[in-house]
Amino acid sequence: MEPVLEGFRLVLATDVLIAIFASAVYGLVVGSLPGLSATMATALLVPVTFWLSPIAAIATIITASAMAIFSGDIPGALLRIPGTPASAAYTDEAYAMTRKGQAELALGAGLWFSAIGGIVGTLSLMLLAPALAEVALSFSTYEYFWLALLGLMCATLVARSSPIKAIASMLLGLLIACIGIENPAGTPRFTFGLTDLLGGIEPIPALVGVFAVSEVMRAMASAEPPKMPKRKFGSILANQWMLTKKYQFQMWRGNVIGIIIGVLPGAGADMAAWVSYAMSKKFSKEPEKFGTGHPEGLVEAGASNNASLASGWVPSLLFGIPGDTITAIAIGVLYMKGLNPGPTLFTERASSMYALYIIFILANIIMIPLGLIMIRLASTVLRAPRSAVMPVILLLCAVGAFATGNNLFSVLLVGVFGILGFVMEKNGYPVAALVLGIVMGSMLEQSFVSSLIKSDGDVLPFFERPVSSILAALSISALLWPLAAWLWTRFSRHRRAGAPAQ
Amino acid sequence: MQLSDRITGGVLVALGGAAAWYGSHLPAVPGQDVGPAAFPMVIGFGLIACGALVALGIGQSFEAPDTGQPPPGSRLMRGLRVLVPPLLLIFYVLAVERIGFLPTAAIMVFCGALTLGARLSLAAPMAVVAPLLVHLAFYKLLRVPLPDGLIPAPW
Repeated sequence: MEPVLEGFRLVLATDVLIAIFASAVYGLVVGSLPGLSATMATALLVPVTFWLSPIAAIATIITASAMAIFSGDIPGALLRIPGTPASAAYTDEAYAMTRKGQAELALGAGLWFSAIGGIVGTLSLMLLAPALAEVALSFSTYEYFWLALLGLMCATLVARSSPIKAIASMLLGLLIACIGIENPAGTPRFTFGLTDLLGGIEPIPALVGVFAVSEVMRAMASAEPPKMPKRKFGSILANQWMLTKKYQFQMWRGNVIGIIIGVLPGAGADMAAWVSYAMSKKFSKEPEKFGTGHPEGLVEAGASNNASLASGWVPSLLFGIPGDTITAIAIGVLYMKGLNPGPTLFTERASSMYALYIIFILANIIMIPLGLIMIRLASTVLRAPRSAVMPVILLLCAVGAFATGNNLFSVLLVGVFGILGFVMEKNGYPVAALVLGIVMGSMLEQSFVSSLIKSDGDVLPFFERPVSSILAALSISALLWPLAAWLWTRFSRHRRAGAPAQ
Repeated sequence: MQLSDRITGGVLVALGGAAAWYGSHLPAVPGQDVGPAAFPMVIGFGLIACGALVALGIGQSFEAPDTGQPPPGSRLMRGLRVLVPPLLLIFYVLAVERIGFLPTAAIMVFCGALTLGARLSLAAPMAVVAPLLVHLAFYKLLRVPLPDGLIPAPW
């Protein structure tokens, strides 16, 4: 009981409460602006966390990301532009509801089921993480290698992208991670004589470049989104209890799918929303209503993406393997604050872990009142001209990158990664896979090389240990999945084409 | 910057080849089979394979069609406008030590806002207010050593 009380004491400190409130407002505003994703909101927060206490730093990351994932639903429902990629799955549905005059119901469902999903996800984190910590204590480099690979393979299973391009993005990320002397042999690689490259590429400038600068670049080349008409909202939460009762089963299914996808290393909120929406449509009693403004899919996917957010912390806290791009940033902050991820975190720093759970619950509870205010203010916030917001974002990218190491080389890197991210995104290469490759590259290599040294160059031990053989099977099936899907569509199309001839 | 799959695939093959070649020339660690060369070479060969598959158009069926709004202006103008943010970052790197944070940031915000189509009555006040606020937050609160240069901040 003592660690729980200590956890409460840590969270109820004034600086932590201020950090939670400020980052909640920040997350809601940034998430609601089209094009500014939850990952970007989190990446730009990192320089601020340097200056905060460890618990306050983690609180800002948790709160801002949860709020941004919810408020991405707002422009989705009102303008048909998803505020964050995690809302993209059900944007058309929410917009169709708004056109039917049910904007309150759509926005309320986004808010209510996001909060429920977040809380259920947190409960799963509380139950799963300590239980898995026991198992994780017996992991050796073989298991870590497969876990890292599984995370990377899951990151390539992005919805609506060519799996080959996704794997290429991931490999590019791994190649970037090779730069520098941080490798098992300590040999400088790909440094081309530049001392700035000896330390390798830091993930934060890369993230800021890929997610923020490339977004500013995209804004330069696209038309300004339509202005939102001023509107008065009726009661937002009025019918949510009715929806909860009506779609209770779908809500729980969304929560569970979100949790499972979150726990998988590498797969995050975007994928959870896509999978849950597709699942909801597939198993619905009235699938023909989907796409015409039917709340069922909204309930399931809205719960799912927020549930995955919390459970995505499971692999991050236990193994230091990010569940998605947001936790990839969070891991950096954890290391910086001396809360190094690993199974022992749950025994040695138990009070900090309880504090983390409490922050999650708190963030999802204050999401409801703050979210209501945000929805009411949305028409004002979304009126902020893009030509005023984007230059400030660019300035924050420059200053934020400089602040991570007080050197100007990082600012240059941000620019380079901005161009890279822009070109990749335009040509269908998912940038999340690139980022996870950069973040996990050194871990993958470390575990790969030390496993091979231990086994004297033999690959058999990679498959011999029970847990590692399961993880190996999962990774290999993630690799072969697109091939199977492709063969399946080929086969069924062939059969359909052949049927009329008979 | 919409390129054909042949071009991006070709770039990946070239990059993979260069990585594998560079990797194969890294010095081995005496007495060990796997050294610093192994990982870049595996990645290099992987990139060559992926690049070749992309160039051949395999896996395209998974891609969602591009549904962006038609942007204003000619293709060339758009191309040039896209380059403004990275160029402003390079400008920041080159200028900030010499002329200081406030003027550099003001020029960045001003140019960025104008490129995005802001009117002068918005861009000019933004260029004054935004750098001051950012300076206040990062220099005063977060203690980031932003250079003073020509115009030191009032705090």
